[in-house]
Amino acid sequence: MSAVETTAPTVRKTALNAVHRQMGAKMVDFNGWDMPVEYPASIGCGIINEHMAVRTSVGIFDVSHMGDIRLAGPQALAAVQHISMNDASRLAVGQAQYSALLYPQGTFVDDVIVHRLGEDEYLLVINAGTREKDFNWVRDNTRQFDCAVENLSDDFTQIAIQGPKGVNTLQKLTDADLSAVKFYWITRGTVCGLKNILIARTGYTAEDGFEIYIPADEATSAQVWNEILSAGKEFNLVPCGLGARNTLRLEGKMPLYGHEISDTINVWEAGLDRFCKMEKPEFIGRAALEKAKAAGVKRTLLGLEMTERGIARDGYKVLDSGGREIGYVTSGSPAPFLKKNIALAYVPPEFGAVGTSVKVEIRGQGVGAQVVPTPFYKRPKKKP
Amino acid sequence: MSYPTDRKYTKQHEWIQANGSTATIGITDHAQEALGDIVFVELPKVGAELVAGKPLGTVESVKAVSDIYAPASGTVTEVNGELASSPEAVNKDAHSSWMVKLTLKNPGEVDTLLSAADYEKYVAEEGGH
Repeated sequence: MSAVETTAPTVRKTALNAVHRQMGAKMVDFNGWDMPVEYPASIGCGIINEHMAVRTSVGIFDVSHMGDIRLAGPQALAAVQHISMNDASRLAVGQAQYSALLYPQGTFVDDVIVHRLGEDEYLLVINAGTREKDFNWVRDNTRQFDCAVENLSDDFTQIAIQGPKGVNTLQKLTDADLSAVKFYWITRGTVCGLKNILIARTGYTAEDGFEIYIPADEATSAQVWNEILSAGKEFNLVPCGLGARNTLRLEGKMPLYGHEISDTINVWEAGLDRFCKMEKPEFIGRAALEKAKAAGVKRTLLGLEMTERGIARDGYKVLDSGGREIGYVTSGSPAPFLKKNIALAYVPPEFGAVGTSVKVEIRGQGVGAQVVPTPFYKRPKKKP
Repeated sequence: MSYPTDRKYTKQHEWIQANGSTATIGITDHAQEALGDIVFVELPKVGAELVAGKPLGTVESVKAVSDIYAPASGTVTEVNGELASSPEAVNKDAHSSWMVKLTLKNPGEVDTLLSAADYEKYVAEEGGH
């Protein structure tokens, strides 16, 4: 058997680190954070069980490693509009949207969820691995606006409660009427006795669910985590780690920074057109994107399903049916709910038709795969 | 975990049960626990020549690919085809989930491997469970 990973000594920890370790979670170094990748089989967990729990009932995730940047002031909207590719002027107070911060070349600084917290107040939730880079980028590119930029990343413990029974679970713990909160909207309420907690109906699992932002001290964080575990018992709630987080987002074709999006990939290649509002007269990256659109994409992100025995993984080469290298896998894994081996890959657009046969090079051998529609999984529409 | 004494072990977490010049190979309970849910097992073909210490195949969990190393040299005589459709069997009972049977090149080679007691000690020292 090959090596087992160990965590570096200067690694960062969330407030729930001791709780995860106490529960017996397998820990991994994720972008400098000591995070749970999965919880033990002895408590009904493991990546596959955790993934299935989120698809069929409810699971919770510690996502406190994510970052938070607040922009507040008379020109907060103008500041957000300058750095974000989506149109934040469409946001009502209490509404959120998926977007991205772009470099002048039209490539990605990071993807982000923009929340409008108040008249002139926005919260950007960003990736763990890009916390410092993003904050510096936002601060340095909004100096011309009358707007304060604050890094609140260390102020919150962020817990994601995801799955069809997520709303049932969280409702037991809050006075906020969650039925009134539509998907990608937010509210505030008392949660586990804590007042004025930000509750967002957002997530990274392709299921319904919520993310709550509570004070980051260890005692409060542990108390809330344990109360959610108790409240969720009747729904067979399980704690979930980064392993399931990845398989869930992959089934939903949600991008991961450093894989589907990066500083060398542009918006059109990544297929994130619908979140990029070119009708906005100005935002960083707009000019380059206009040129790139006119020139046409040289590669496109598409979904693959293995048709022969084998698992496509990150970085594996994609070959045409004749064995010639045409691209690479950005993210690949078994899909526990779909029970298939799936992957996202960049290949030239001429290979983009659904049904196209390609191969993935696995340990020197070309293994058959085909292009399939994405997202691979879409959650069922709720019955009225 | 008390490891069965009817076989020998390697530091790479394989077990080998020898019977004269034939032997059976699998991976240990520690290995399956460390890997998590096993979703794919790739084994050599019948007739393949195994070299002690060199990879003979792979076992894959959701997150990772791991090499299986040959505890001893020999020729593959049988491969457990069930693991192609039910790789999770290895998680359920690693010590009963045989992977490969072989004719040993040097039967004495197996004696140099770790005993159950030595392997348990090794796993404990490695920081294992």
